[in-house]
Amino acid sequence: MSTEASRTAARWMLSPAVILLLIWMIVPLALTLWFSFQRYNLLYPDRAGFVWFQNYTSFVASPAFWSAIVNTLILVGGVLVITVIGGILIALLIDQPIWGQGYVRIMVIAPFFIMPPVAALIWKNMLMNPSNGLFANAFAAMGMQPYDFLGQSPLLSIVIIVAWQWLPFATLILLTALQSLSSEQLEAAEMDGAPAIKRFWYIMLPHLARAITVVVLIQTIFLLGILVEILVTTNGGPGSQSTTLTFLVYKEAILDSDVGTAAAGGVVAVILANIVAIFLMRAIGKNLDA
Amino acid sequence: MARAVSTRRKLGFTVAAWTVALLLFFPILWTFLTSFKTEAVAVAQPPQWLFFDWTFENYVAVQEQRNYFSFFLNSVIIAVGSTALGLLVAIPAAWSMAFVPGAKTKDLLMWMLSTKMMPAVAVLVPIYLIFIRLGLLDTRIGLVIVLMLINLPIIVWMLYTYFREIPGEILEAARMDGATLRSEILYVLTPMAVPGIASTVLLNIILAWNEAFWTITLTTVSAAPLTKFISSFSSPQGLFYAKLSAASVMAIAPILIMGWFSQKQLVRGLTFGAVK
Repeated sequence: MSTEASRTAARWMLSPAVILLLIWMIVPLALTLWFSFQRYNLLYPDRAGFVWFQNYTSFVASPAFWSAIVNTLILVGGVLVITVIGGILIALLIDQPIWGQGYVRIMVIAPFFIMPPVAALIWKNMLMNPSNGLFANAFAAMGMQPYDFLGQSPLLSIVIIVAWQWLPFATLILLTALQSLSSEQLEAAEMDGAPAIKRFWYIMLPHLARAITVVVLIQTIFLLGILVEILVTTNGGPGSQSTTLTFLVYKEAILDSDVGTAAAGGVVAVILANIVAIFLMRAIGKNLDA
Repeated sequence: MARAVSTRRKLGFTVAAWTVALLLFFPILWTFLTSFKTEAVAVAQPPQWLFFDWTFENYVAVQEQRNYFSFFLNSVIIAVGSTALGLLVAIPAAWSMAFVPGAKTKDLLMWMLSTKMMPAVAVLVPIYLIFIRLGLLDTRIGLVIVLMLINLPIIVWMLYTYFREIPGEILEAARMDGATLRSEILYVLTPMAVPGIASTVLLNIILAWNEAFWTITLTTVSAAPLTKFISSFSSPQGLFYAKLSAASVMAIAPILIMGWFSQKQLVRGLTFGAVK
């Protein structure tokens, strides 16, 4: 059906989407690149000028940058470990014959639909607050001192909050993948006397490998960009204990009005995100051929 | 699995699954309960679970003191507007890629996906400055455009995977039977495409409703949606747990219900068709 006429029509139908995305991608990125070579602070507009790589060197040389990188790795790594392992276990559990599976599913998935500021504020105030939070109440009931989660372990607390948000996503995708596994194969293995742990390791896990890859890559893209959860809970603190790369760039741009440094930081973030993106595109590209 | 399971085993799994589910759901449940308490009861020790005087005063207060409805309206306009605009651009694009695939179609799809990988914070300043220059800052139309653009790759991808499942032979058969292009689109393709489009709309509204980076950074008051509204509760003034809860419930309820209906599409949309 691809006649010459239909191909021309197809090009016309495609072009709005392509042009819009092209503009959306190129214009802001080009501006960011341009700013990153400038001394450009909105508070000191007179001190502007081209400074080559000075923004990059000062940004990368600052201790804030390296602690932000470490914090970013902890946040992304921590959430990934919790959500992937937790997701596999919960998916296996829901996949068992149980009563009220539909209700269980609905409850497990719910946190994913909660907008980030709501999720963060619920955890910060109602659960983790050291004087009125439910955790403090529970600690007191057990005769223990209340623990100031966000004050004493800010990054770990944020990891918990974000993991709660993303656990449903991992679970849902792994469950979908699990349900496409043929039960005959499992039953055959069971008949042959393979214990549950071996059935999981040699049959289920290889089957899940692809879904796990997708979960890891997609979550990494989103986790690298986490901002609001930090903004409304700790604001990057205390000190810089919960400042990630994204938050650091945001801080340079919005709070310090230092456009030049923020742009350089932004370019670094783009490079990091692209490294992950290349792997993700490969994983998804394979599916297009299939 | 099609085999008999002992009742005891099933009971054990059921208890375990319900325990996990209730734990994960608990923060939402607790927020829901707290929204019906007075501020004093909300922080009472020991915590009050069910047997307190249920009140709607927080919902009334959130509307009267904080003007909840204007934020809600902004959320609706931004979510629905960006979805509608996105469909307008994405349907023709996905359509042509699914039915008239060329040598470059796959590359084009991958490239669209790659625009989604751009860290928002890296382009925050340019977008902000452009918005100031064009007078789009704190306007609904500005947010509709930005959210349309960030979700466009997902819409195109999702529609593409749905459209690709429509068999092309059906079109040829209809043409053989003498159908005109117009009736072909109207009576053959549209009915088959509608379920896919509906799923895409649902997922996109959820994503746009919950989008919190651009909606918070690019608005102040007049175009601020619920994400911004809730963030304003991060600096507490006095006792406010019950009001925070009521505001939260009103911000998440519509989308939570929509989300429950779109579980399947969610997997497909968010993995770009890699997991179905």
